[in-house]
Amino acid sequence: MNAVKFLIAAYLATWLIHGIYIGTLVRRFSRLRRESEDIGKQK
Amino acid sequence: MKRLFPILSAITAALLAYALYQALVVAPADAQQGEVYRIIYYHVPSGWMFMLLFSINFVASIQYLVSTKPSRQAAAKWTVIGVGVVGTIVTFLPQVQVQLKSAGMRPSAIATTVLAIPVFYFLVGKLFPGENLDVLAVTTAEVGVVFCTIVLVTGPIWARPVWGIWWAPGDIRLTSTLVLWLIYVSYLMLRRFSNSAQMQVLAAALAVFGALDVPLVYFSIWFFRTQHPQPIIGGGGSIDPRMLHVMMLNGAAFLCFGFLVCWQRFRLELLHRETEAAHAMDSLVGSGVAAKASLPLNRSPQ
Repeated sequence: MNAVKFLIAAYLATWLIHGIYIGTLVRRFSRLRRESEDIGKQK
Repeated sequence: MKRLFPILSAITAALLAYALYQALVVAPADAQQGEVYRIIYYHVPSGWMFMLLFSINFVASIQYLVSTKPSRQAAAKWTVIGVGVVGTIVTFLPQVQVQLKSAGMRPSAIATTVLAIPVFYFLVGKLFPGENLDVLAVTTAEVGVVFCTIVLVTGPIWARPVWGIWWAPGDIRLTSTLVLWLIYVSYLMLRRFSNSAQMQVLAAALAVFGALDVPLVYFSIWFFRTQHPQPIIGGGGSIDPRMLHVMMLNGAAFLCFGFLVCWQRFRLELLHRETEAAHAMDSLVGSGVAAKASLPLNRSPQ
């Protein structure tokens, strides 16, 4: 039973790391889109 | 292209879900390790992914470094062709075949891999010309670090119940993987925090040296006695065909997922460079306007 906890922890850790990374990508995308829109408006 | 991404994402999500089901439910339990061995279905494909991505980063970095001079480009081209041709011929030498077979390697597989090096090199150059090589390098390094992090996290989680320890100090597979992770993290730090005009060249040079660790990571379990398990695919190892099927399925799912993440990271880097260029242009135009506006004031009266 204890070993199953490790199994679950490994799978959760994998998707947590992927989730955090994808989250940072989404955040960086939205920030850059905002910036490029601001530049467009200034022109 | 805009429609393709959601379709591919849906297919990849379905594949990942199916592969997860196969890994957790369908694959048989291991006779010695029980259920905890199922961690390898995420650990091993993540390892394949970071090695693939760092190899692409290596090729892109070399191409970027040599792209500045045509003479360097020609030298690199002929070196790569030479490596492919000579390497393939060498694998067919009887003495080499005996050594490869004793190490558990199939000479035909090695010859195919060596022959694929020039093909891979020219393909990367063709698909990602000019500055796109640098964009590809940063993309593969970053996504590769994510997969490498997963390997370094899931490995100890598996090791604790099986070995009784989280980490085996001095184990060459574990240490070389950690060193590789540190090299690529420094590579990303260099790119993030350096404002030098030569930053891209420096980063490419660091990546070339860093990638030399990839073969050490891969072959460490073939040629050294390690606490880390010996190879289960090739290298004299064996695996239940049902387990191998699930492993390959997860490998394919991770490959699709990694491709989609790289695609978006590549787009992000392009957008980042476009925005930076627009900022630079904006400030240039702004300063030009300011200079023009201040011109009559600075003129001496005639």
